Amino acid sequence: MTSVSDNVMRFFKSSSNQTAGPAVPQKLTRRSSGMGEISRLLNSSSENTLCVLDLGSTSPSNIRFFTGRGHKNYSEDLLRSALDPTLRIQDSAGNSVLDSKKFLEENLVYENAQFDIVLCWNLPDYMEESLVKPTIDRLWSVLKPGGLLLAFFHTRDAGPDSICYRYHVTATDMLEMQEVKFAPPGRPASDKRSPRLQRVFNNRHIENLFRDFASIKFFLARDAIREVLVVR
Amino acid sequence: MNAPQTGEFAHLGKSVVIKGELSGSEDLYVDGNVEGSIELRNHSLTVGPNGNVKADVSAKAVIIQGKLDGSVNASDRVELRKSAVVTGDVTTQRIAIEEGAFLKGKVDIQKDGGKAGSASS
Repeated sequence: MTSVSDNVMRFFKSSSNQTAGPAVPQKLTRRSSGMGEISRLLNSSSENTLCVLDLGSTSPSNIRFFTGRGHKNYSEDLLRSALDPTLRIQDSAGNSVLDSKKFLEENLVYENAQFDIVLCWNLPDYMEESLVKPTIDRLWSVLKPGGLLLAFFHTRDAGPDSICYRYHVTATDMLEMQEVKFAPPGRPASDKRSPRLQRVFNNRHIENLFRDFASIKFFLARDAIREVLVVR
Repeated sequence: MNAPQTGEFAHLGKSVVIKGELSGSEDLYVDGNVEGSIELRNHSLTVGPNGNVKADVSAKAVIIQGKLDGSVNASDRVELRKSAVVTGDVTTQRIAIEEGAFLKGKVDIQKDGGKAGSASS
């Protein structure tokens, strides 16, 4: 079992050894109460096939985990999809924003209400403002009644350079974390950068974001992350 | 991975553009552009790093290093290499996905004779 202090030490050790060897993203771990609840559901549904939508970067281990238990797994990397330069438009004030209508014509296109579980991870924190609410509304429509959605939100202590992680599930409430890096449009593939934290939601914002859902449960973790588990 | 070096296979180079139905009874390596459908019942399809396939694919094994937009139905296995960009649903018995591969769609592991399907990285 890895503690938070172990993770911090591993992080600093990896930072000081950056020049040695190839740059392989290191996996840290964190305990997730929300994922614990979802894991119990996944593990107890051995006879019922669940439909899981994973909105993080493509994770071989997540696909292996879900399909190995007989569940159906859908993957969509919405942060990467949002990099599409053709989505850029100007709003009425002349600011460059992402076209949420076009974005949702090309992403999250499913028949109504088919998912039992949506793993949203830290997506809302790193998405541009114009996409957040429309995306959550679409997720409501593709979740089955009673379906679960898990999302992570940074607390006020997080700075703009907070690392964007992708999450790999395990059979328990422990998640493996790996830094996410993308090459921005028009840049060489080697020029990868981590997405920037767009904002920090407070509890009221989060409640408004999920106001159409039946219930919402908060879990406050020690690493400046609030976990939110909502039920449609 | 480069094009297969041994055995019988057809090779579509990166300057080749094909639109329509493509079927055959030998392994196929596509490094060009194909739009339509590809059916290779008991053989394998490899999409090379320069390959850009917009087609529903049906084969025994499908190995993807380039771009594929369409559904993939492989009776044996699917391999997504690190440079793969796949948009579409994948149905197979076994799947291997390298770190860095991009997949947008469903993965459906079909069980064979009561043996549980698995996905590996």
